[in-house]
Amino acid sequence: MKNEIVLLLLIVVAGTGGELCVARAMRAVGPATNFQPAALLRLIRRALQNGWMWLGFLLMAVGFFSLLEMLSLENVSFVVPVTALSYGLGALGGKVFLREQVTRRRWAGVLLVCLGVGLVLIGRP
Amino acid sequence: MKTFASFPSKIYLLLVLMVILGPLGNVLLGKGMKHIEATSWNPADVLHFLARLSASGSIWLGIVCLMAFFAVYMLVLSWADYSYVQPASAMAYAMVALLAHFVLGEVVTPMRWMGVLIICLGVLVVGQTPPRTTEYKE
Repeated sequence: MKNEIVLLLLIVVAGTGGELCVARAMRAVGPATNFQPAALLRLIRRALQNGWMWLGFLLMAVGFFSLLEMLSLENVSFVVPVTALSYGLGALGGKVFLREQVTRRRWAGVLLVCLGVGLVLIGRP
Repeated sequence: MKTFASFPSKIYLLLVLMVILGPLGNVLLGKGMKHIEATSWNPADVLHFLARLSASGSIWLGIVCLMAFFAVYMLVLSWADYSYVQPASAMAYAMVALLAHFVLGEVVTPMRWMGVLIICLGVLVVGQTPPRTTEYKE
């Protein structure tokens, strides 16, 4: 069980940290303006030139391999909902790291998500 | 904001794609991992573990789905806040429960279904907030 707790922490913290870095890179890159393959490739190339994107990849890879290991220990319907704990961390990261406006309504939604996660844990067969 | 406003239907389309591709990838990985034993951190065991991973069709298909998911995710993040996109993508939890139940035959208890529903409700509440609250850095 101790091993599973460490894996869950890695999935949530590294996974969310990675996504926050990717979001920061995409904000720096700017909005996609059309869906032509050449334009999309240019967008991806610009994104790959941003250091935050690579840090994001690294952290997400740590989260991903932790998820793979966890999936070999537990059922997918248990593992995947538990990763919703990242919502609290994601909202906090959005506010502090990305300077997004996380309103009371948004926090209320995050709390509901955490409550749902608690029920998913309790509802383990 | 102007760019976001000019592509709302495409944003929703991409969010739907995310909700389909993410869970599908996870379920395929779950299906592949069912046949692979957990590993220790011993290097030889880790190598054996990786060799078995690379021999699984389900694992590869799952990885392709998750890569497609990530490309769509990058596009959406170029328009909207992380704290908006992340909750929107959580609509996938209902789909995970459905796939786990109907595809993998896993037991999903009523309590767990309730949890999934409350997660989705939270996602809807967050989804009512403005999609973008920051400016692009030039």
